[in-house]
Amino acid sequence: MTTATAVAAAPAGRRAPKRVLPGFGLSLGYTLFYLSIIVLIPLSALIFKTFTLTWEQFWAAISAPRVMASYRLTFGASFLAALVNLVFGLLIAWVLVRYKFPGKKIVDALVDLPFALPTAVAGISLTALLAGNGWVGSILEPMGIQLAFKPAGIVIALIFIGLPFVVRTVQPVLEDAEKELEEAATCLGATRLQTFTKVILPSITPALLTGFAMAFARAVGEYGSVIFIAGNMPMVSEITPLIIIGKLEQYDYAGATATAVAVVMLVISFILLLIINALQAWQRRHAGAPA
Amino acid sequence: MSGANSRTVRRAQAGTTEAPWVRYTLITLALGFMLLFLVLPLAAVFAEALRKGFGAYLEGLREPDAWSAIKLTLITALIAVPLNLVFGVAAAWCIAKYEFKGKAFLTTLVDLPFSVSPVVAGLIYVLMFGAQGWFGPWLMANDIKIIFAVPGIVLATIFVTFPFIARELIPLMQAQGNDEEQAAIVLGATGWQTFWYVTLPNIKWGLLYGVILCNARAMGEFGAVSVVSGHIRGQTNTIPLHVEILYNEYQSVAAFAAASLLALLALVTLVIKTIAEHRNEQALKAAAELPPERPAPAGV
Repeated sequence: MTTATAVAAAPAGRRAPKRVLPGFGLSLGYTLFYLSIIVLIPLSALIFKTFTLTWEQFWAAISAPRVMASYRLTFGASFLAALVNLVFGLLIAWVLVRYKFPGKKIVDALVDLPFALPTAVAGISLTALLAGNGWVGSILEPMGIQLAFKPAGIVIALIFIGLPFVVRTVQPVLEDAEKELEEAATCLGATRLQTFTKVILPSITPALLTGFAMAFARAVGEYGSVIFIAGNMPMVSEITPLIIIGKLEQYDYAGATATAVAVVMLVISFILLLIINALQAWQRRHAGAPA
Repeated sequence: MSGANSRTVRRAQAGTTEAPWVRYTLITLALGFMLLFLVLPLAAVFAEALRKGFGAYLEGLREPDAWSAIKLTLITALIAVPLNLVFGVAAAWCIAKYEFKGKAFLTTLVDLPFSVSPVVAGLIYVLMFGAQGWFGPWLMANDIKIIFAVPGIVLATIFVTFPFIARELIPLMQAQGNDEEQAAIVLGATGWQTFWYVTLPNIKWGLLYGVILCNARAMGEFGAVSVVSGHIRGQTNTIPLHVEILYNEYQSVAAFAAASLLALLALVTLVIKTIAEHRNEQALKAAAELPPERPAPAGV
């Protein structure tokens, strides 16, 4: 866009030089080089390794009952956690943008804690909290609620990991939202709840969905925070990334399972990435639409 | 008539906020959720680390394995972060400053490592450099160790922190446009001079922001590093792996003592991040408030 305006600003009739700024070849060349050696070639190693398997081997590896159970757990827990984050992320973003309260700056900074705190630290800390002798576990367990070493614990860890995504995607959109629209809605007789569901919610829907998809994508691949709290029982509380690790630890490199399951995860993360990109494009169009 | 008008205005203003009880309920709910899910886990790290007193805490940190883990973590970050910094600046320069075919696809590829599971990130390097990998036999013949050694840990860390700096810089540089750089070039500056004296001062806070987030992740990465490290005590253990080993050996205080170092790093990261973000916003605001350029009126 900026180049387009620069070209348009050049005197008409004379062909403007195509690129005024130097360094295009160098920066693009280095970007492609570095991208290739760090990301593309290693990822293609995974794809090529998978091509050495026959289709039957591949299918048997990715559809084994224990692997299928891990998909159900991983995607189910990730979906639940992203859903909780959708609701509470919106709530936190709303409170941070619309209301004033003491300590707001600190609360705002704290939202990013899951980005900054290493996942292993989050994992052992949540486990210590939820275990029977922990601060939270000692209250819940007498009531018959056990969270640690259960699938429910996985959901809790994934809520922690994904919390900032929805807040950070919705917050800027809420900040830019025009209050005039809400005033107009009220003047036309809408209640506050109607204004929220009919005026505010549609304008933040793309951002909400983007945040949801990001939290979900992050949760699907998450390993560090989950393994401490999960209990890691095959068929019950074993997540898909752990299947890969388990096979590697048995030095089963030649075996099909680790690479085949990794390819499935890679394809899913690529699809999620494309969905997130499409949602972001939708959001930009939404924001760019004439008010 | 004016009474009716002011009533409408009052109603409209009331229409952009909620009744006090709704406000307080929402604030309480949001803060309660954050207390439960963010503050409590953070506090638990320090509480568990100090459970047997400050002496036991220091004892946990004084272990020789802890020191080698700290050293390895620092070395890893010291290699990974500068490499991704150079890449981030190069990628942001070509993506933000130029239009070319395939730009959207390139941006997606830059983002790709964020959505790849850390475990898969570790696995791909095992498939490249492991004993049975592409380069495995050649590496073994030449006695070079990458997997289960420091180079593998560095590579996996670079992969998982790959997009951080580029991602901060691309939107920032796109928002700033090319005008200032073009003016510098037209006035005779070289490309490097333009970068050092025009672009860099404009992006420095965004750059700092990206670097500290990249650093936090580089020092705290667990999944990817765990796959390639081999968990050799005193040699290929970073702090997060050290935490895991101690925890699994039921050395709770020592595990949380090492974890508390990472939690402190996270807190420092958040503080610097907040400052950098604030400065960045101010710089953008100042740039937006500059009067449009026009010749100064004569005689003033």
